[in-house]
Amino acid sequence: MIKNIICTVCPRGCSISVKGENSIVESVENYGCKRGIEYAKAEFVCPVRILTTVVKVDGKDELIPVRSNKPIPKSKILECMEEIRKTTITLPVKMHQVIIENVCDTGVSIVATKEF
Amino acid sequence: MYKIDCTVAVIGGGPAGLAAAISAKKEGAEKVIIVERDNALGGILQQCIHPGFGLTRFKEELTGPEYYSRFTSRLEEEGVDVLLNTMVLEVNGKTNKIICVNGEYGLTEINAKSIVLSMGCRERTRANIVVPGTRPAGLYTAGSAQRLINRQNVMVGKKAVILGSGDIGMIMARRLTLEGAKVELVVELMPYLAGLTRNRVQCLDDFGIPLKLSHTITAIVGEKRVEGVKIAPVDQNKKPILEKEEFIPCDTVLFSVGLIPENELSKGAGVEINPITNGPTVNQYMQTNIPSIFASGNVVHVNDLVDNVSSESETAGKYACLYANGKLNSNSEVITVKTGSNVRYVCPQKIALQEGKASLYFRVLSPDENVTLIAKDGDTILARKKELRVSPGEMCNLSIDVSKIVNGVTVEVVKE
Amino acid sequence: MIKTDVLIIGAGAVGSAIAREFSKYNVSVLVVDKNEDIGGDASKSNSAIIHTGYDATPDTLESQLVVAANPMYEKLCKDLDVPYKKVGAILPAFTDEQFEKLPSIKEKAFKNRVYDVEYLSKEELLKMEPNLNPEVKGGLYIPRENIIDPFVYVQALCENAYANGVKFMLNTKVTDIIVNNGKIEKVITTAGEIEANYVVNSAGLYCDEIAEMVGKADYKVVARKGQFYILDKNTSCKVNHIVLPIPTKITKGKLMCPTVHGNMLVGPTAEDQLSKTDKSTTTAGLDSIATDVRNLIPNVNLRETITQYSGLRPNRNPEGLHFDIFDDIKGYVNLSGVRSTGLTLSIAMGKYVVQQLLMRGANFKLKDDFIKTRKGIIKFSEQTSEVKEELLKQNPLYGNVICRCETVTEAEILQAIHRPLGAKSVDAVKRRVRAGMGRCQGGFCGPKVIEILARELGVSTDKINKHQDGSYMVVGKTRD
Repeated sequence: MIKNIICTVCPRGCSISVKGENSIVESVENYGCKRGIEYAKAEFVCPVRILTTVVKVDGKDELIPVRSNKPIPKSKILECMEEIRKTTITLPVKMHQVIIENVCDTGVSIVATKEF
Repeated sequence: MYKIDCTVAVIGGGPAGLAAAISAKKEGAEKVIIVERDNALGGILQQCIHPGFGLTRFKEELTGPEYYSRFTSRLEEEGVDVLLNTMVLEVNGKTNKIICVNGEYGLTEINAKSIVLSMGCRERTRANIVVPGTRPAGLYTAGSAQRLINRQNVMVGKKAVILGSGDIGMIMARRLTLEGAKVELVVELMPYLAGLTRNRVQCLDDFGIPLKLSHTITAIVGEKRVEGVKIAPVDQNKKPILEKEEFIPCDTVLFSVGLIPENELSKGAGVEINPITNGPTVNQYMQTNIPSIFASGNVVHVNDLVDNVSSESETAGKYACLYANGKLNSNSEVITVKTGSNVRYVCPQKIALQEGKASLYFRVLSPDENVTLIAKDGDTILARKKELRVSPGEMCNLSIDVSKIVNGVTVEVVKE
Repeated sequence: MIKTDVLIIGAGAVGSAIAREFSKYNVSVLVVDKNEDIGGDASKSNSAIIHTGYDATPDTLESQLVVAANPMYEKLCKDLDVPYKKVGAILPAFTDEQFEKLPSIKEKAFKNRVYDVEYLSKEELLKMEPNLNPEVKGGLYIPRENIIDPFVYVQALCENAYANGVKFMLNTKVTDIIVNNGKIEKVITTAGEIEANYVVNSAGLYCDEIAEMVGKADYKVVARKGQFYILDKNTSCKVNHIVLPIPTKITKGKLMCPTVHGNMLVGPTAEDQLSKTDKSTTTAGLDSIATDVRNLIPNVNLRETITQYSGLRPNRNPEGLHFDIFDDIKGYVNLSGVRSTGLTLSIAMGKYVVQQLLMRGANFKLKDDFIKTRKGIIKFSEQTSEVKEELLKQNPLYGNVICRCETVTEAEILQAIHRPLGAKSVDAVKRRVRAGMGRCQGGFCGPKVIEILARELGVSTDKINKHQDGSYMVVGKTRD
């Protein structure tokens, strides 16, 4: 199987083609840099994304921006959103304070991206 | 009237203003003040909660708030003063006085030795691009919707169509989807994407949101709330082919159709505005035609990456400080940078012939592949760089040695 | 059952002017309107010109009222604190055919007793209006064609009427009128039944529907759509006067003029349609404005538009302005055909209606405590530094600029909301203090105005409408 993957490592957006089956990559072509090769391989096997959204402050009409501290498998993004939606936090919040640990068993934490 | 004296006054506390202020202070400006109309610093980055900032500058992928925090956390140690909730009403280009208003201090007059304009830009609206139809509720610029959803805890709608494939538009497509709304479609007038490719991948493709290039909205439908839009493909002259018009039901339309530098204050001060960028004409020091007024960031030209905004703002802050301290020679010869093939504009537009390097940021007119970016003086090549791909949505840059310029500079993008 | 001496249906320019005129007398007056805000439909989307009546059909009620109304505005706008500017109109001729029409236009003006219309030479015209098409051959000057803020005008009439005891019921639609024994027994509305001795139908676009309820609909309203462009205050090509085209047999044509706030207004089209609600702009209509106005002002830059809108003028078939009273329905006044001249003639119509009733034996007694004047909301941005400082001392919210394009402060928005007959929707705020009326069209201030409205009205943001019910701005919270 050949998959064309648009690289998102940098703004250039190279169109890299990856040949392989399931989790085995046979060859990578049309990459612009080494980081691109790694990205394309990972994207072929198990695409992951940084998830960013907001969490509500308990008892207040305020939102705090949050992110996953590591990329989350793409397939789990909506499930993680459900979990985050149910969560509230109390102030004060520190930068990168953990809001949810190991969200949806991904091994990834949801952390605040703002001090408040 | 409350009065403040300072070395460098920076108007706007977004990424441009923050970088300019810190840079001015580091260069030795005694008193630097940021005047910001919002109740917090960070500007538009406060609502840009998504990642993608700082890859060039910090070599990591930061969210908007993380990016500006790296600057705001330094303000105190650098000793930059900040005036929040303060709206600048007037900048006087002759006296270097700024009149602003603040609920606490009332009318305030700031006396500065030099001024950095970093007011950013505003969004082009549905009306600016003359989309016909009705005027119901549910029409938002992408940035307004972003502010409502991310900062004001307000959901704008349930079923959206987005006009324009700019970055904010695509990012809002993902944002709406994550928050449970359905994004029916992103419509783009041009035959190519307006924003960054990675945003198409991560914001549209990931969620199966269709993108229609060479299409436009031909009418807004609905009396009270939006009921839908009519869309149609466009011909080569960007005229809609009405025979192929179709109706897409939705309750919300977001417009991500470009940004316009916000230069009402600049114009009032007598700063010369470039008709292509809609921002001040500047030299390599980000200095305007008024020697004491500098400008940086999206108020000068709409940048693609905040990293570029930060670096050109550092230039502005540095030279604003040097000017204020009488260390910037303003009497050298000035040349105009010319645009060659496939170059829409170059910033800075002017170069003062002095020592040092100048970074030239520019945008192409149309997308191309395997090209060479060239800055030349007649037949002398001042700088060149190969690029695999160029697109109007992404900025190019070249760095030149100013002392090598004899007659002038032309920037071009050519196939070799 | 609600009881009132006078019931006025419609809070547009005409209804509001009639209400204010009645408020000079010792009668109870109630104004009902189906909309959420005062200001009507046609009265808030027109060219904002106070006409002289120079081109009206002589010896008609319309001519009589417009010509009578024009001189009233200067004092009225001072009394009621309404933005009004004397700019004058020019009527340039570009072809021989147009040039030959000028004497007949001047003659018509004369018949309408508009005696101050004068000829202008090519040189005079180009001096007055440097952006005029240089092929101009000559033209006419109509000095008293002036411009007004039509929103504030109606608000001022209503606020002043209110101060003089007039009551208003908004979001109130008349659904039926019961006539019995040669008089109106009751008026049924969505907010209850009303008994009134006098009922004035000033429902504009919907006046035929009201007339039908009393069995007097011998005409039909024909909505005539007019599309307009508004240009940025900084647009590169401006005019100083109302620049009118020479009318053809079919249409009065499209004009360009300044607004009292310094924008440029270009339009309108004239498109008859059956729908009374379809106020959509169209590519064809907007393109026709571009083509036509370039004959007058070749360098007009329509790309510097900040908005486009359309209004519906309530023409009628058969045509003409009508004031009708009926022997078999005592106390019922029917106004119809209040079309493009309606804004101008409104103030005269108010006086005309009351006087007609007085002359027919109505027993209205003048009050001795009538309040003549009204103060508007102070525009912070237009004040001197001294006044600004004083205002800021009184209220620090003048320091919180919400709309940056038009420099509208939170203090002004709060007044717009909390005044009598105050704003309850985003558009109502906009029409009172111009927040969102500027070049970013509410992109920046819109989210803040929603928040302020919700806070001040004590409701959640999803209850805030753009205009009428159902035009909700947002659907709920990102996080509950």
